[in-house]
Amino acid sequence: MTDRALAVVRAGALTTVQDRGRPGHAHLGVPRSGVLDGPAAALANRLVGNTPEAAVLETTLNGCSVSPRSTVTIAVTGAPCAVTVDGGPVAWGAPVRVRAGSVLDVGPAVSGVRAYVAVSGGLTVEPVLGSRATDLLSGLGPAPLTDGAVLPLGPPGRAHAPVDAAPQPAPPAELLLRVALGPRDDWFTPEAVRLFTSRTYRVSPASNRIGLRATGPALERARRAELPSEGVVLGAVQVPPDGTPVVFLADHPTTGGYPVIACVRRADLPAAAQAAPGTPVRFLVARR
Amino acid sequence: MRVLPVGEDALLVEVSSGEEAQALHAELLRRRAEGSLSVGEIVPAARTVLLDGLAEPAGVAAGLTSLALPPVPPPAARTVEIPVRYDGPDLADVAAHWGVPVREVSRVHAETAFRVAFCGFAPGFGYLTGLPARYDVPRRPTPRTAVPAGSVALAGPYTGVYPRSSPGGWQLIGTTDLVLWDHARVPAALLSPGTRVRFVPVAPAVTETATATAAEPAV
Repeated sequence: MTDRALAVVRAGALTTVQDRGRPGHAHLGVPRSGVLDGPAAALANRLVGNTPEAAVLETTLNGCSVSPRSTVTIAVTGAPCAVTVDGGPVAWGAPVRVRAGSVLDVGPAVSGVRAYVAVSGGLTVEPVLGSRATDLLSGLGPAPLTDGAVLPLGPPGRAHAPVDAAPQPAPPAELLLRVALGPRDDWFTPEAVRLFTSRTYRVSPASNRIGLRATGPALERARRAELPSEGVVLGAVQVPPDGTPVVFLADHPTTGGYPVIACVRRADLPAAAQAAPGTPVRFLVARR
Repeated sequence: MRVLPVGEDALLVEVSSGEEAQALHAELLRRRAEGSLSVGEIVPAARTVLLDGLAEPAGVAAGLTSLALPPVPPPAARTVEIPVRYDGPDLADVAAHWGVPVREVSRVHAETAFRVAFCGFAPGFGYLTGLPARYDVPRRPTPRTAVPAGSVALAGPYTGVYPRSSPGGWQLIGTTDLVLWDHARVPAALLSPGTRVRFVPVAPAVTETATATAAEPAV
């Protein structure tokens, strides 16, 4: 192993390697995968001088600790958290120089869910179908991080961005998701559509990279028939038999047999990735 | 044909049969190949084809309503032969659903010309059509927590082959050693929508069959 590598000291609850995913294979049953909070990951890469497609780490709620084998630049973005190097506080949302052998710790999320950790040179684990993303639905890409794992790094690119800090949206106190109804809103009663678009739901702790589960009023179906499997898109709001909506995120299945009542605007999905369990959620009908 | 808008940049095109969906899929692939359709993903399914990542969904939708489907899908480029040992633990149940002796299940299945209608559930998992409607079977009342990779299975109007071990509720009728999905291979998926498939029975070695049967889950 060369010294262009990153050792995992503390893997955290769920830390995965992510990039912009592997779109274009849905017809083979391959999910798109990739970072859930695209703007945060892109910012982290820019801060350390990486190109936007470089692979980063995506943490879940309680961060992680890593130690580079050579001196690198690291930036942590996404969910706000305490960042330390060898126990001393350093900046969140800004490039940080980390010497070979030092330990950078990404603390628990103060708010939000997922922090992004970009390392100069990017993580260069073996790509699968053109992407290094970990897909938790189908198991493609590298396994989630474990303590002691070592990840290869690419050669550092340009000099890191000449900024001290970059503005980032705060994780949502209330998640407002603009939706276009359909394609299967006619499978629900008018009352169910009214409830869906007017009541407040909450983010369920059972949410994951596959979907954001919303607890709240159950949505009653007008049609009891079984829906033949059909292709589903990122942001689709699928309603399983228990009647509670699931917003499909990056690792969503490519086809599904439960009706999709509405689809969330692409621009609102990064905020969904940062909505902690318990966050109020409202679905607002927007014009296409 | 119904064209349903999906979110900002996708369309779900709904037709009335699986055959029409296959014909529509073939026509949409042809249009993409000739450059008259620009789209990120074309995802066929049971009665629909999803077009995802359209620059101008409204324009595409308007063009689709006047589409005259070719009656029969053009022949697929290739046929995949899947060697199979008809040794699945649900053979007797499937025979009972079909109302035939157990040995008839493998004969009917191996004589059927299948076609991959669509993929989903897992990378490389194809939903194969071809069996007449009278051979539809329900899923198992209780899904298995682990179906072995290579299991050849039936559910509803479909045949499928599990590309890897996973939970599943389909009726298991056989086993293949063929690797359905290998991401280090090009192409990774042996089966893609439109591929023609034949199941070729191979005689099980006596000892192997005994081992395979003993290893099956109890449910």
